[in-house]
Amino acid sequence: MDNLYSLTANELLALMDKRSVRPEDIIESVCSRAQSVDGKVKGYLSIDREGALARAAAAESRAAQGKLRGIPVAIKDNICIEGELTTCASKILRGFRPPYNATVIEKLKAEGAVVLGRANMDEFAFGSSCENSSYFPTLNPWDTSRIPGGSSGGSAAVVAADEAVMALGSDTGGSIRQPAALCGVVGMKPTYGRVSRYGLIAFASSLDQIGPLTKDVRDSALLLGVIAGYDEKDSTSVNIPVPDYLSCLTGDIRGMKIGIPKEYFVDGMDKEVDAAVKEAIALLKDKGAQVSEVSLPHTEYAVAVYYILATAEASSNLARFDGVQFGHRCEDPQNILDMYERTRGEGFGAEAKRRIILGTYVLSSGYYDAYYLKAQKVRALIKDDFDRVFKAGLDCILTPTSPTPAFRVGERSSDPLSMYLSDIFTISVNLAGVPAISVPCGFTKSGLPIGMQLIGDFFREGKILRAAHAYECYTDWHKRSPIL
Amino acid sequence: MDYEPVIGLEVHVQVKTASKMFCGCTTEFGGSPNSHTCPVCLGFPGVLPVLNKKALLSAVRTALAVGCKISSEVKFHRKNYFYPDLPKDYQISQYDEPLSEDGKVDIDAGGKVKTIRVKRVHMEEDAGKLIHEEGENSSLVDFNRCGMPLLEIVSEPDINSPEEAYRYLTKLKLLLRYLDVSDCDMEKGSLRCDANISIRKKGDTGLGTKAEVKNMNSFKGVRSALEYEIERQVKCAETGERIVMETRLWDPDRCVTISMRSKEEAHDYRYFPEPDLVPFALDPSVVESERKGLPELPEAKKARFIGSLGLPEYDAEVLTQEKANADYFEACLKYYDKPKVISNWLMGDISAYMNSKGISINELKMEPQALAGLIREIDSGKISGKMAKDIVLRMCETGKDASAIISESGLSQISDASQLEKFADEAIAENVKTVEDFTKGKDSALMFLVGQVMKKTKGKANPAMVNEVLRKRLAAKK
Repeated sequence: MDNLYSLTANELLALMDKRSVRPEDIIESVCSRAQSVDGKVKGYLSIDREGALARAAAAESRAAQGKLRGIPVAIKDNICIEGELTTCASKILRGFRPPYNATVIEKLKAEGAVVLGRANMDEFAFGSSCENSSYFPTLNPWDTSRIPGGSSGGSAAVVAADEAVMALGSDTGGSIRQPAALCGVVGMKPTYGRVSRYGLIAFASSLDQIGPLTKDVRDSALLLGVIAGYDEKDSTSVNIPVPDYLSCLTGDIRGMKIGIPKEYFVDGMDKEVDAAVKEAIALLKDKGAQVSEVSLPHTEYAVAVYYILATAEASSNLARFDGVQFGHRCEDPQNILDMYERTRGEGFGAEAKRRIILGTYVLSSGYYDAYYLKAQKVRALIKDDFDRVFKAGLDCILTPTSPTPAFRVGERSSDPLSMYLSDIFTISVNLAGVPAISVPCGFTKSGLPIGMQLIGDFFREGKILRAAHAYECYTDWHKRSPIL
Repeated sequence: MDYEPVIGLEVHVQVKTASKMFCGCTTEFGGSPNSHTCPVCLGFPGVLPVLNKKALLSAVRTALAVGCKISSEVKFHRKNYFYPDLPKDYQISQYDEPLSEDGKVDIDAGGKVKTIRVKRVHMEEDAGKLIHEEGENSSLVDFNRCGMPLLEIVSEPDINSPEEAYRYLTKLKLLLRYLDVSDCDMEKGSLRCDANISIRKKGDTGLGTKAEVKNMNSFKGVRSALEYEIERQVKCAETGERIVMETRLWDPDRCVTISMRSKEEAHDYRYFPEPDLVPFALDPSVVESERKGLPELPEAKKARFIGSLGLPEYDAEVLTQEKANADYFEACLKYYDKPKVISNWLMGDISAYMNSKGISINELKMEPQALAGLIREIDSGKISGKMAKDIVLRMCETGKDASAIISESGLSQISDASQLEKFADEAIAENVKTVEDFTKGKDSALMFLVGQVMKKTKGKANPAMVNEVLRKRLAAKK
C-alpha cells in the first residue's frame, strides 16, 4: 500500500484494525517520505528510523490495545525523552540527554505510539518563525522561501509535509496554533493544567502547555485524550476527569453559540486572512451556529503583558543553564563568574539573551511594581474578559489565528517587535489559561494556508473540538497537501 | 557613654522529614556526595517541584507553638541568585506572604520573663554544599543537602544582650525538639543562625546602622560573636568611626568578625511568585488539627510538674529540658506514683550513667516500668538503697528487670527474722562491753551492734529489721 504517510492516525488505526496494515509499514512509509522531503522542509533535528521500527514491532506484538498503537509521532525538542538528546534547539543544551521521560512521553508510550523524531523549534520556544533554532531554520512546506511559524515550527511542518502522522508541540503564546495556521494543519493549546508539564523544559511556567499538531480535528481529539490528565508530578495540573473527546465530535454546529470579538479584526490585518475568516463565520452561521459579536476589551494589552510575564519567568527558568551540571560549559573558566558569563554568552542565541535581559529587568527591585505586578493585574483583567463572555453562555470564540499568512524567511528576523505581533491573536488565550484550537480555513491566492482560532471556556476542549470538527465536515481545506 | 545592643536573629532550621521538600529523596545525614539526589532536587530541565505535606505540617506546628498567626493561603516565591550550590539558580522560598507572622518566644532574662517577638516563620528549601579541596583549581558540589526543607524563624529586634540571644536560641531549640520538628544541632548544621545587630545610646528608641553577622556555628559561638561585635561597634562609636551596613563573618578561631560585603553590593533577588507551585488555601481544619495535636510545651509541663506532681522547681526544670526525659519520667509514674523519688533516680544515677556512655534516654535499655519496679523493691525492703545503686547500673547495661538481677546475683536483702536473730545473737556474744554500755542506757551502742550484723551479712540485712531484732534480743537478756 502506498501513501500511508498521507493518512491520519484515525484512518491508519482503522486499517490496522482490519489487519491490512502493520505498524512497521506505517513507519517505513513515513520515514521514506521524510527522507525524500525533509531536505527541503528541515522540520526534523533527528529521525530515529531503526528505533521507531523496533518500537513499532514491539507495539504490534503487545496486543493491539493502545489508542495510538504504531502511530509515529514527532516530538518538539523541548519535551524530555529518557536517554535521547533534548536540546530546545539551543547550543547551551547540546548533548543533554535527560534521565527521565516527560509525562506526555510516558502516556504516548503506554498507548503504543512510536516516537519518530525530534522536531525543530525556535530556541527555548522563543520565536514565531523557527528561525531562532540554533541548528537551522525550518521552512514552510507550502512555500520553502517562507517560515513555518513558531515556535513549534518543526512539529507543524512535519505534519503538514506528511513526515509525521501527528506531533507534539508546546504553546506559551501561540507556539502551536500560529505554526499550525501557517502550515495548514490543526493545532491545539489545551486549558492550562489539562496536560502535565512534567518534562517540558520550561519557557514560561504559568503559560506553557503541551498540545497536539495533527492533520485533522479528529486526530487532535484522539491525541489530546491520550496526553491529558492530572499528574501528581505537576502541581499545576488539574485533577478533573478527562472526557472522551472523540465522542464530542458530532459533525454538527447547530445551536452552538459563537462569539466574534471585535478587537480581533483590526486594521493592518492581511485582507485575505480577514476575508477567509469572515467567510468561515458566514458558513458556520449558515449551518446553524448562533453568531454574535462580543467584546474582549483588554485584548490590546495582551502582547505587552505577555512580554513582561513570559520573559520574567523565562529569565528565572533559564538561570539553571549555568555550565555547572549539564549542557554547554565554556572552555577553561578562570573563576565562577567567568564560567557563568562565557557559558551563557556562548550558549544562548540573540533572542534568548534579549528575553533573559528583558525578564531580569522587569523583576529588578524598583521596577517590579511598575512592570511585573502591573502586568499580573492586567492579566487578571484579560482572564475576566473571557470569564465574562463564557459565563454569558458562549460556547466558543472565533478569531483569526495569525494576522498574516506565512512571511518570508528573514523578513522579520531583524525586527523583534513585528515578530512579536504575529502572536497578537493567540497570546490572550495563554494569559487567560483557556483552551484554543487552530484549524485551516482557506488559502491565499498564492497558495498559503490560513487558519482560524476557536477559543473555549476552561476545560471545555470538547466544545471547541466539536465546533472545529463540524467546520471540517463542511470544508476540505484540511485535506489539501503541499506539493513537495 | 552607655550603649545598648539591639539584636534580631534569623534562624534556619532543618525540618525532620523522611523526604526532601519538593521531591522524594531521602533527608538522611551523610551518604556519599550526590547520592541523595534526583532530577528534581538537581534542578534538571523540565522537572517540577511537588510540596512535601509533612514539611508543611511541621512548619504549621512550629508557627503555632510560637503563637504565630497562620496565613490562610500558602504561597511560594522564587529567590533568584546564581551560585553553584543552587542548581536551579533560584531558591523556592516565601516572601511577602509568609506562612505565618506575629508570634513570640518568652525567655528568662535575669530572673524576669522577657518576650521576644517572632516576626515570621516561613518555609524554604536548602542549598547544596561546595567543597573546596586544598590546592585544587576547582570546587566540587555535593547536592545531598539540596532541597531539604528549612524553616526560617525571624525575630524582631527585641534582643538586647548576647546572653538573651543565647537564651532565645536555646528556648527555640527546646521548643523545636518538643515539636519533633528538628534536632537543632548547630554543629551538624540542622540549626543555623544569622544575627542583625546594631547599638544605640541607652534610652534611645531609634535603631542604629546594623551589621549582619554570619557563620556562627554553635550556640556559644553566637554569644561570643555578638559580644565581639558589640564591642567593635561601641569602639567605632566612641572613636567616631562610621558604622557601615555590611555583612560580617564570625571567625571562631580568631574570635573576631570580618567584613564580607557591604550592602551596596547586596543581591537583587528578583523575587516573584513561583509559577510551578499554585498558591493554595490552607484548610483551617488542618491548622486546627495541628493545634490540637501540639504536645504540652516545656513551660506548661514544668508548671504541671511543680503544681500537680509537687516536684521542686529545679527538678521540674531539669526534667523538662528534653521532652524524651519528661516522657520517661511520666511513664515511670504510671507504674509507681512517687514523683520525687523517680526524679532523684533520673537526675542522679541514671543521668550520670547516660553521660558516662554518651547516650540519650531513648537509647537507654532500662524501661520506665523496670525503674519503677526497682524503686518498689526498695520501698518493700527487699533491697537497700545502696544495693539499688549497683542494681540500677546493671539494669541500664542489660535492660533486665530489677527482680531478675536481684535473684540472679543473690542480692536480695535478708528480711527473715529467724536468720537475723542468729547473726544478732552472735554479735551480742562477741561484744560484751558494748552490750553492757547499751544496758546502762547508752543507746548509741546499739548502732555499733547493727553495724556488726550488717558486716556479717555482707550488707544484705534489712537495717530496720536488724535494729528491731537486736532490741528484742537485748531486752530478752535483761
